[in-house]
Parts: sequence; structure tokens; C-alpha cells
Amino acid sequence: MLIVGENINTSRKRIAEAVEKQNTEFIVQAAKSQANAGADFIDVNAGTFVDREPEYLCWLVKTVQNAVDLPLCLDSPSPKALSEAVKHHRGVPLINSISLEKDRFDAMLPVITAQPCRVVALCMAETVMPVTIEDRVQTGSELIKRLTSEGVALENIYVDPLVQPVSVDTRMGNAVLGAIKTIMNEFPGVNTICGLSNISFGLPARRLINRTFLSLCILQGLSAAILDPTDKHLMANLLSARMILGKDEYCGDFIDAYQNGLIRKD
Amino acid sequence: MSYQTLLDAVIKGDFKTAKEETLKAVDAGQNAQNILDQGLIGAMNIVGDKFSKGAIFVPQMLRSAKTMQECVEVLKPYFQENAMTTKGNIVLGTVKGDLHDIGKNIVGMMLEGAGFNVIDLGVDVAPEVFVNKIEESKADILGMSALLSTTMPSMTQTIKTLMDSGQRDDVKVIIGGAPVTRKFAEDIGADSYAPDAGAAVNEIKKLLNIT
Repeated sequence: MLIVGENINTSRKRIAEAVEKQNTEFIVQAAKSQANAGADFIDVNAGTFVDREPEYLCWLVKTVQNAVDLPLCLDSPSPKALSEAVKHHRGVPLINSISLEKDRFDAMLPVITAQPCRVVALCMAETVMPVTIEDRVQTGSELIKRLTSEGVALENIYVDPLVQPVSVDTRMGNAVLGAIKTIMNEFPGVNTICGLSNISFGLPARRLINRTFLSLCILQGLSAAILDPTDKHLMANLLSARMILGKDEYCGDFIDAYQNGLIRKD
Repeated sequence: MSYQTLLDAVIKGDFKTAKEETLKAVDAGQNAQNILDQGLIGAMNIVGDKFSKGAIFVPQMLRSAKTMQECVEVLKPYFQENAMTTKGNIVLGTVKGDLHDIGKNIVGMMLEGAGFNVIDLGVDVAPEVFVNKIEESKADILGMSALLSTTMPSMTQTIKTLMDSGQRDDVKVIIGGAPVTRKFAEDIGADSYAPDAGAAVNEIKKLLNIT
């Protein structure tokens, strides 16, 4: 299970302040705490600064990679910001994201094929948001076909089924869970990824909902998640779910995390 | 006549009781506009306040809004043609290039609950589509939503198209969406900004001097 640490995002007030003031120490701390908690990738997102996004995203890439020896998830809907950020990145980044919307696909493709990378393929088609399992599988399949035909290896594609709130439509949980299962079955070797917090928008006890959702996603075969790895409750769910599903030999990861104080025991 | 039972039913999202109470009020000789204003909109104002304060959650608000809509359908035959008064016409949509509609839909439902006539143009709405609809509907308010930093410039473009058409002074513009900030609203010459659906209703009431 690949863990993408989500905490360095300028939609969070304190991160936005740190980015604006170029507060290296604060960002380094946010990167290190996630790396220590088990993140495989650190997400960087400066999307709230519309005009200065490319500049700030590049600063984040340099600042974070100076502090931790991890690849980054370069998170932006803007091809311009991503193509600049990639130049400063060391190692193989995870680019987040491309979708099937025509303008976005066409603009993102050259950014992705310019260097080796992994890519998040968001199940969003041209005209409408997906509702059913079939909507997601159809868009995901089309993205996989088009990306592989452009030379992107299947293992480097991370299909994001696009999580939407169950508060607005109670079918949305099943739609994502079913799509993960189908895509993982139909394209052996491909990855699936999602964020968790959209599922609980508009509801109380959001963290509880998020981690229950994560466990269910893992059951369906989710191979990567964008989350806060410093949340010890969440990590306890993640590691115990993997273990119960037989994905943790000799229960080693779970026990290690427990002994290193990375998970809550209740 | 007290609408307490009707108010409670709408607040609770109890379709059946709410519709029965609406008909009872009609049978008791109440004026349809009065039932709408005092009963249904009154209830939704309470729901909106509770939602803004975090005392109730999205599904509860949606259920109440749906209950109100059903009651409005019940009431419609008792209005004389075009006699239903509205607090104002609002043209609403997600801007060009952006398909996100969840927040926009919640805003639309809360505005309808507050007694506004909402003309929802959906998602991926081009500037000229907004502007044409504003002219056609004599809108009081234009509400625009964007969830992507890459589509926020569509808001700027829409305001520019509105100015070019000579209608900028006819309508108040309010914007929102996750990456949108008050500063951005000021920078592009919008009249107001709302960080959430409850705030959108209050800001629009302020823009139209409705107490």
C-alpha cells in the first residue's frame, strides 16, 4: 500500500501562510513528520495561489526534497505549474493528475511523457461527473488505454475513481468501491488511488467515516491512498486492514508500527 | 393560524406530514403566499440557520429542502398565474471548464428554501451563457462557483463579458468554491464572496437589502 502524505496543501491555512512567507522550517517539519510516519510520497499542492502557483510549487518541491529523501506527488490541475515543478524534482514523481476532459488531457499529456513518472488518472470525463460504477470504470478504462498507448507503463498509472460525498448521494460510497474492484480485476498491474475526505463532506465524525471508508477501499484492492499519515487512528485502520486481508507477511508492518508508536492501540 | 406543525415537519424532513399540513392550511382558508412565506420559507430559514451553525448536516438540510419543494408543488394550484412572489431572481452556475456541482447545488437549494427563484445553468457554463440568461431573466444576482484553480479565470472572464454587454450595474455578482478567496473576489470586481452555502444566502440577502 503506497501512502501519499497529504498535509502540505495550501488549502490549509497554516501551510498557505508558511508558503507565502517562504517559511522553510515549517514546511520541512510538515514533510519530516509525514516521512517518519510512513509516507512513501509527499504531496505538494499550492493550488490556492492562482497566479503564483508555479513559483510556489517549485519552491515546495525544492524545500521538501532538501529535507526528506522521498519522491513527491505533484498535485495541481495546471499543466504549467506541473511542467515547471517537474524540472526541480529529483527521482520519479507522481503527477496528480490527468483526466479524460479533452483540454486537460491534451495539455497534460506532454508533461507526463516528458520524463519517467507515475500519474494519477482521474475518472472524470468530458461533460459530467461520474455517478455509477460503470461511469467510473468506463472513464478509467479509456484513460488506461490512451495512456498506455502513449507509452506510460500500466504499473505507473494510478486510477482515481473520484470520491464524492455520501451526504449528497448515498450511492457514492458503493460507486467508488465497485469501481476499485472492477478496475483492479480488469487491468492486473494497474494501481488505484484515492483521497478519503470527500466521502465524509457534510457529515459529523468525519475522521471515523474516512477511516471506515479506507478499510472498505483496501478490501476492494485499493493500492495507494492520499491521507494524513500522522493520524495514528487512520494508520491503525490501514495497517490492520492490510494485515487481516493477508497483505502483511508475519504481520510485520503492523507490529513494527505498533512498536514504533505509529498507531493507536484502541 | 399557527404553522408550528408544518414548520416542525419541514425541519424534520417529514414529507407526509408536511404535505398534509400544507393542504390543511389551504382548507382552513389560508392564503397560499402566506403559507409559503410563514410556513415553508419560515421553516427553511430555521433549517438554514441550524445548518450554518453546524447543528444539522448536509443530508438533513437536503431532506428539508426536498420536503419544501414537495409542499410548494402542493401549493402551486392555489396561486393565481404568476402570482407567487419571489425574493429575487438568481442565475447560478459552475464556470466554464469546471464540472463540479455539489457545492453549487447545495447553495441553490438553500436559496430556493429562502424564497429566491433560482435559475441553475448547471456546470461548464460559458460567460456568454451566463450573460444571456441574466438579460433574459432580469436577474438580481449572478452566483458563480469554481472548484479548480485553473477555472477561476473563467469568473474573471464572465465579469468582463458582463461589463462588455453593458449589464454589470444591473446585477450583483457573488462567487464561491474551495480555492476562491475574498481577496480574489475583490480583485476581479465581484460584489461578494461566500465561503459556504449558509454564508451565500446571508450575503445575497445583504446584497439585496433583505432582512
